[in-house]
Amino acid sequence: MDVAIIGLGIHPFGRTDDMTGLDQGAFAARKALEDAGASWDDMDFAYGGSAAAGNADALVNKLGLTGLQFINVANGCATGGSALQSAYMAIKSGMFDMGMAVGFDKHPRGAFTVDPEKSGLGKWYGDVGMALTPQFFGMKIQRYMHEFGISEDTLIKVAEKNFRNGTLNPNAWRQKAISYDEIKASPMVCDPLRKYMFCSPAEGGCAMILCRADKAKQFTSKPIYLKAVSVKTRNFGSFEVFTQAQALDRADSPTVKASKAAFELAGIGPEDIDVAQLQDTESGAEIMHMSENGFCADGDQEKWFAEGHTEINGKLPVNTDGGCLANGEPIGASGLRQVHEVALQLRGDAGKRQVPNQPKTGYTHVYGAPGLSGVTILSV
Amino acid sequence: MATSVANQVPIAEGLFTWPSNDPRLLGSKCKNCGVVLFPAQSSCPACCTEDSDVIELERRGKIWTFTIQNFLPNRPPYEGPETPETFKPYGVGYVELADQTRVEARIQTDDVSKLHIGQDVELVVEKYIERDGKDIISFFFKPVDEV
Ligand SMILES: [Zn+2]
Repeated sequence: MDVAIIGLGIHPFGRTDDMTGLDQGAFAARKALEDAGASWDDMDFAYGGSAAAGNADALVNKLGLTGLQFINVANGCATGGSALQSAYMAIKSGMFDMGMAVGFDKHPRGAFTVDPEKSGLGKWYGDVGMALTPQFFGMKIQRYMHEFGISEDTLIKVAEKNFRNGTLNPNAWRQKAISYDEIKASPMVCDPLRKYMFCSPAEGGCAMILCRADKAKQFTSKPIYLKAVSVKTRNFGSFEVFTQAQALDRADSPTVKASKAAFELAGIGPEDIDVAQLQDTESGAEIMHMSENGFCADGDQEKWFAEGHTEINGKLPVNTDGGCLANGEPIGASGLRQVHEVALQLRGDAGKRQVPNQPKTGYTHVYGAPGLSGVTILSV
Repeated sequence: MATSVANQVPIAEGLFTWPSNDPRLLGSKCKNCGVVLFPAQSSCPACCTEDSDVIELERRGKIWTFTIQNFLPNRPPYEGPETPETFKPYGVGYVELADQTRVEARIQTDDVSKLHIGQDVELVVEKYIERDGKDIISFFFKPVDEV
């Protein structure tokens, strides 16, 4: 039994001072129900997540106490992707016909603060100033640039593209383009990454309604099918955040594993993808994730950006809604936003940022601490 | 060393030999698969067994990758001695120790702009901060020409 997405809902990302995270989640959930032409009472189940805005299952107080199965999901930056994967399995197993995946968040301003002991690291690691995720991102892309000849120019172009795409997305946080020169002149955060190459913690909500494929047409003329969902954690030797010592023999990242598993499940390859969302916590991540997900060889990103292959009208548009850079990162909602965007593109409903020539197959990838990736493949 | 050993406390137990005239980082080597870990731990995430020896790690290595921390980290968890006024960007990197592992460490240098991949660095174990009247001792790597 295939699984279809029949309803999409989003609360704009960014800062909404007069709404709690939970309110933004409820807003997105209602939008998704409305989009599907379904009611909350129709939902057999829901999987929901929020990292900093309370328990997702508190949504039932807002949406209705219908007695449905509601399970909270907590899986770091892959929380949204994991909620979707759980919903997919619930339907795939035959246990349920229809349900919701939902995520929301509301983070305080400024960089994420890390408690090393919660991650099984010694307190000393934070004391000495190494428990900072931007350092990991800086060190990973620094090595990658050294090995594969990626230039600072390409780091800048990633940010420039995503902020430009954000100007076409009414739900994006940053809707103002940032020029190449402004990005290049912005302060260094963790070398080689500058201020305008990083996404920031934010707020927002996203929800989607899923059902058995054979029931989808009762609700919508444009169902989007989930052809594959895969979540993988790190193997020994992959280069991950907060690794106090790295093995000399480097292993494939969880992204490589999740991507391969998803393509195998869907029975297609990277060349069949028409539009993609790749985790862009910062510029370097998008570059490395292009190859880790199998879309190009290591080092080819330099040429891809010079030739604009990942622009909205390019051969593989990437992060058409502005990605994490333009939308910010409300952890619980971020992975679902990616799927929301690709589903909109496949429906042909992406407005000013619509990818031309009716894309038929899409791809999403989320990556998060402490080293896990979630991939989905969608088709019309 | 300005103060006596009695007044010096390692930042955490088991990270390095202390007190010592030639301090070394302490790792563990899996008896089953030979993988070296830092800090030392009894279980092996590579082969899922639980039998290892504590070993001393190499004193010298090469920078495998690095970054420069350009802003004062949040407190907590950070406990460095700087104020926003005195903060200077500092290096953090993975130092490759031949045939062992790549250890993440702060890189102490007078000139962060000269840090580069492949640079030769050496372990130093020295005072990091003062806490409750004691000197807290931590480990760093320094470019060999600055040691
Ligand atoms: Zn082992």
